[in-house]
Amino acid sequence: MAPHERRPVTVVAFGQSDHRRTTDEVSEVEMLMPVLHEVLAATGLKTSDIGFTCSGSSDYLAGRAFSFTMALDGVGAWPPISESHVEMDGAWALYEAWVKLQTGEADTALVYSYGKSSPGSVRDVLTRQLDPYYVAPLWPDSVALAALQAQALIDAGETDEPALAGVATRSRTAAATNPHAQLRGAVARGEYAVRPLRTGDCPPVGDGAAAVILAAGERARELCERPAWIRGIDHRIEAHGLGVRDLTDSPSTRLAAERAGVFERPVDTAELHAPFTSQEVVLRKALRLADDVTVNPSGGALAANPMMAAGLIRIGEAAARIHRGASDRAVAHATSGPCLQQNLVALLEGETRG
Amino acid sequence: MASVPSPEVLRAPLVVEFPFTRSLGPVQSAFLTGLRERTVLGVRTGDGRTLVPPVEYDPVTAEEIRDLVEVAATGTVTTWAWNHAPRRGQPLDTPFAWVLVRLDGADTALLHALDVPGPDAVRTGMRVRVRWAGERVGAITDIACFEAYEGEAAEAGPAPHTGAFDDPVTGIVAAARLDYTYSPGRAQSAYINALSDRRTVGERCPSCRKVYVPPRGACPTCGVATVERVEVGPRGTVTTYCIVNIKAKNLDIEVPYVYAHIALDGADLALHARIAGIPCDQVRMGLRVEPVWTEGGRYPDHYRPTGEPDADYDTYKELV
Repeated sequence: MAPHERRPVTVVAFGQSDHRRTTDEVSEVEMLMPVLHEVLAATGLKTSDIGFTCSGSSDYLAGRAFSFTMALDGVGAWPPISESHVEMDGAWALYEAWVKLQTGEADTALVYSYGKSSPGSVRDVLTRQLDPYYVAPLWPDSVALAALQAQALIDAGETDEPALAGVATRSRTAAATNPHAQLRGAVARGEYAVRPLRTGDCPPVGDGAAAVILAAGERARELCERPAWIRGIDHRIEAHGLGVRDLTDSPSTRLAAERAGVFERPVDTAELHAPFTSQEVVLRKALRLADDVTVNPSGGALAANPMMAAGLIRIGEAAARIHRGASDRAVAHATSGPCLQQNLVALLEGETRG
Repeated sequence: MASVPSPEVLRAPLVVEFPFTRSLGPVQSAFLTGLRERTVLGVRTGDGRTLVPPVEYDPVTAEEIRDLVEVAATGTVTTWAWNHAPRRGQPLDTPFAWVLVRLDGADTALLHALDVPGPDAVRTGMRVRVRWAGERVGAITDIACFEAYEGEAAEAGPAPHTGAFDDPVTGIVAAARLDYTYSPGRAQSAYINALSDRRTVGERCPSCRKVYVPPRGACPTCGVATVERVEVGPRGTVTTYCIVNIKAKNLDIEVPYVYAHIALDGADLALHARIAGIPCDQVRMGLRVEPVWTEGGRYPDHYRPTGEPDADYDTYKELV
């Protein structure tokens, strides 16, 4: 679809939980509920006003089949609603909702996602998303795979360990002003987790939830003073085999960004879903970010990386900056899979202020 | 709202195990059978690249590819990461390097483990060779790991291979186990804790006033949080039922038995439970029942008739 044919869609509200290492005292839906209430309150909408609902979560985190159905109680799924779910980060649920709004069958959408990593061992759980024939039987955990990518970058001369430490320090210092972040303020580099990555290069493991409300066309102006217009959104995937890919680059991110229109004019803000410091190096290059772009002012995934929500949070954080006038043109990125296998890029803009 | 002290967080181990049986296509079958026979196969793409491990479709063009070639069991490390603390299921239980290895003759790299004494003994570009597992079954783990190898790459390129072996492996069993610690959250913890006192509690929706049991902390109709705790039962009304004639595995209940939906007094949602103490053919909608607990039971073993007159249909028709 050519850009001029698209229906204008905006992010009008964003909410997120306080991300924490453990949330034993609440179930998934109990963790999610305040976040849903927050975005509904921000827009004055009730669940029955929402045209389409889409969520992202993972049964492997919950250790239960069809676990997303439990969270449906939180959105008032009776009488029946128009609803869908992706077994992915909520950023992809947002993409589905954006497509739904493009069809004209809904004017508003509620997108939410959540994940509790604390009940299991997320490094082991994530091995189950790998190729089941050649890779998963070796149980290479998520940190190990990221470390292979980091070493490839170091070998290629694209970064080094002090530069990676700088990424961690900048991110976590930025998170000092983010009340939702799990890690705030400077954090020690730490010991090697899997060399060359130290614990300071890795995201915290934790639980959290996020929600956004999308609105199309004129509805946006009724619901939000300065809506964040989604000017472009696209997602791409790379080969499953790690040894087929050039781990020092992210052609899928670059292509998604191109299709989203990111390269047409400079952006002022980038919210990058880079759970590992080394992945920010790859993404900055793929997105051609200038040095003056504000990258992850929220602290990014290094400050809070609730699985299945962290990507949606990148879009939400970028939108929230536009809402409050801190940004005019922002790029938001979400990733999934090992070593940035799948990437989604959204371009958000606020209207010019008079 | 009832003032109830916050119950301590409940926790229980939850183990999820699944031995998936996966069938192999012609290329994967040849590759894994080849490993059993100490032969490493790759597949040739239309533009002449050799992919190891092999796939059935070109990752660039999506073209179907079937031309198998044999590559060497020696190769070069393209990147690595030092794993000082091996985790369950990983190839070695002593510290090792994760490596991507481009085998001699291949254009892509294979992920595996490298057995070397420490991180100073591994570098990108180092030469390695396959260490075969003693017992091989046709799986990626037939490569036990890689080990250091001083030799140069072979001059000869990959050699065509039919992929035919005696007794080919056609499937793998991908066993997996994940361990969790399950916590049921606030509302369900309250429900479980009350059951230990032989009480049943639900939660009332602040908006529609319905009482949900078991409570999940949210009203599925209104989409709002529920917090007001309400004790329901112990008596209730059968709203519907069925007679079970097939014995379930690992269940020591004699068939036939009656399985019913029961609306506990004060609840706006029916629970399900077994009915006993009455012939199957006398169970009916509207029957009034009460729970029967067994010694040490964590929930009612079954429900039995109270002897009260049947409930009026109008009193439970919304709950059928």
